[in-house]
Amino acid sequence: MIGRDLLGIEDLDREEIERILDTAEHMVEIGEREVKKVPTLRGRTVVNLFFESSTRTRASFEIAGKRLSADVVNFSPSASSLKKAESILDTARTLDAMDPDAVVVRHSVAGVPHRIAAVLDAPVINAGDGAHEHPTQALLDALTVRQQKGRVDGLTVAIVGDILHSRVARSNIHAFRKLGAEVRLAAPPPMIPANVESLGVKAYTSLREALDGADVIMALRIQNERLGGAYVPSIREYSATFGIDRMKLDYAKEDVIVMHPGPVNRGVELSHDLADHRPSVILDQVRNGVALRMAVLYLFSGRATAPETSEGASQ
Amino acid sequence: MSRVEADARILLRGGRILDPAAERDEVADLWIEGERISRATGEQDAGDARVIDASGCWVMPGFVDLHTHLREPGLEYKEDIRTGGRSAVAGGFTSIACMANTQPVNDDPATTDFILDRARQGSPARVYPVAAATRGLEGKVMTEMSALMEAGAVAFSDDGRTIMDSGVMRHVLEYSRLVEAPVMTHAEDRRLVAGGVVNEGSVSTRLGLPGNPAIAEVALVERDLMLAEFTGAHLHVAHVSTGGAVERIRAARERGVHVTAEVAPHHLALTDERLLEYDTNAKVAPPLRSEEDRRACRLGLVDGTLDAIATDHAPHALHEKELDFVDAPPGMIGFETALAVVLDMVREEEIQPLELVRRLSTNPARILRLEAGTLAEGAVADVVVVDPAREWHYDPAKGFSKSQNSPWAGESLTGRVLHTLVGGVPVFDVERGVLV
Repeated sequence: MIGRDLLGIEDLDREEIERILDTAEHMVEIGEREVKKVPTLRGRTVVNLFFESSTRTRASFEIAGKRLSADVVNFSPSASSLKKAESILDTARTLDAMDPDAVVVRHSVAGVPHRIAAVLDAPVINAGDGAHEHPTQALLDALTVRQQKGRVDGLTVAIVGDILHSRVARSNIHAFRKLGAEVRLAAPPPMIPANVESLGVKAYTSLREALDGADVIMALRIQNERLGGAYVPSIREYSATFGIDRMKLDYAKEDVIVMHPGPVNRGVELSHDLADHRPSVILDQVRNGVALRMAVLYLFSGRATAPETSEGASQ
Repeated sequence: MSRVEADARILLRGGRILDPAAERDEVADLWIEGERISRATGEQDAGDARVIDASGCWVMPGFVDLHTHLREPGLEYKEDIRTGGRSAVAGGFTSIACMANTQPVNDDPATTDFILDRARQGSPARVYPVAAATRGLEGKVMTEMSALMEAGAVAFSDDGRTIMDSGVMRHVLEYSRLVEAPVMTHAEDRRLVAGGVVNEGSVSTRLGLPGNPAIAEVALVERDLMLAEFTGAHLHVAHVSTGGAVERIRAARERGVHVTAEVAPHHLALTDERLLEYDTNAKVAPPLRSEEDRRACRLGLVDGTLDAIATDHAPHALHEKELDFVDAPPGMIGFETALAVVLDMVREEEIQPLELVRRLSTNPARILRLEAGTLAEGAVADVVVVDPAREWHYDPAKGFSKSQNSPWAGESLTGRVLHTLVGGVPVFDVERGVLV
């Protein structure tokens, strides 16, 4: 029922998403043990192919792979000899000749994981492509919400910030919609993508309206270079209008939780105190990230055998 | 052209003659004597003439392509004038205009000379250089249009390097009146394009690729129409892709602006939905647009707002199209698929065959003031014979271009060029390939 590659949430149905989340719950349990390692992927090679630099996501995939006993190799062509003119497919073919069991791909341009998947034998897991998708982020977000709220169905999720350039936003829109939540977007108008309603969401330019009755607020990271006048006039104006602080939480439900994919620009997307304290759940997201990526590596690395010590994960 | 002597008589027997210049649509024989169409004699005996059976086929004046990239000089790894010309005749194009974005840029009579010289040596199709409108395509200083015309240029354009300085564009248009040649505009406001690589809309939003809004084209078309009206020059709008541009060109023509326009087969046939798999072979500038735009372009072609079909044949090497979607260069090859693709409009009963041929041949010939686009007695015998019903499998690797970047690769197409003659000489035959 689960496809060969994990390229985007758009390709998954609700049942598949829930199966990944259920598997991740068992991986959470492994992470709570004293010895956080199972032999599930022993002898398998997972390659982290990161064309775009990333420390957090790459570390999360690396820890996930190692907890499953896979050999994890980091390959960052942008940092090595890759010239811009080298075809991404050449890189992929070279890698394929080394017979990896799974390849985790990140690239600054949308669609690269799709095109690599078309030439690779190994399953491809998208770790973020341009402004397209970041499926493992959305899945860990869904897992976090499910843990915090006990459900996703029927909740109202407000995604706030630079929707236009955000792969996290797109993946979360698909994930939360498929799981039965209402998704609202709030952003300065230049940061709302064209025809975004076609994704089944409603876009607001008023933060207050978007947050009215929200169960979850998801603030997006905003790139500094986009705060210099092209999309919004200044950091100060952005944080005053769309930055989340305790006063603005009053627009939402009393038990609202605040999420952020990290790293947080403190005082811009979230006020300082919110970044560190409830109702923000940012560190839960990070913790869940490892478990979720373990689940993904387990479910998508094709020839994986059933885990020997985790009963649940074999279901 | 290393042309075989055209001294023989050729009889194209029993085809449906489609000659828009004479409003002629009838089944008849067509006689060619030497380089020219000769008088229909009505004689049944072919005598010593070479007979080509055209029964069940359409016999038309050779197609004229206003917009191609032959890549020579400088970018011969993508295409050269010989391979481009061979690909053209395999698609029924007997006259092709080539854009100036070569290395060096065709902004100098010596380069124009070189292109024409190479064409004489190796291209079975007639080649007409479009010279740059500004030096180095930099949009600053206009080129020596008189000297370039004397060398053989037929029009002026900076093509993809849209002239963004309205003052420069004004003077280019004004000056073009001296040489009475059209100025072709690739109308996209580069600041509105802002790095966009797919049509801005639901598809760009889903794909997460930077969007290129339709308004980028419409705004520049409107500017150039206003400048054409103001200067009285002949503006030719290249590869119209939006309904908004069609509308504005229609309105401008109604008020007397001297404007002509072309549309590419891919904008008539495909929409941005084609990009959902990130196929860089479908990346093109201007981008594939919405279904609404596609329909508007088809209607514009039917009602004559868009005068001509031009391929914008733009070869790129495989390794370039294997780059990521943002870095991969825009463009697709088009000669060999164009006819089959646009014949869809005849099959859908949107346009009469005679009117389609007018837009493939007669109108573009008129725009460039070429002696082409007619099958009248005494006319140069540039002729194409097409089986509109023949199905074939398109494999660009078996085509005549050096490049293979086509969105129709591997597809089954309907409508095939069987014979192409240039100046009375058979240069392409579907069974034997390019003959010269």
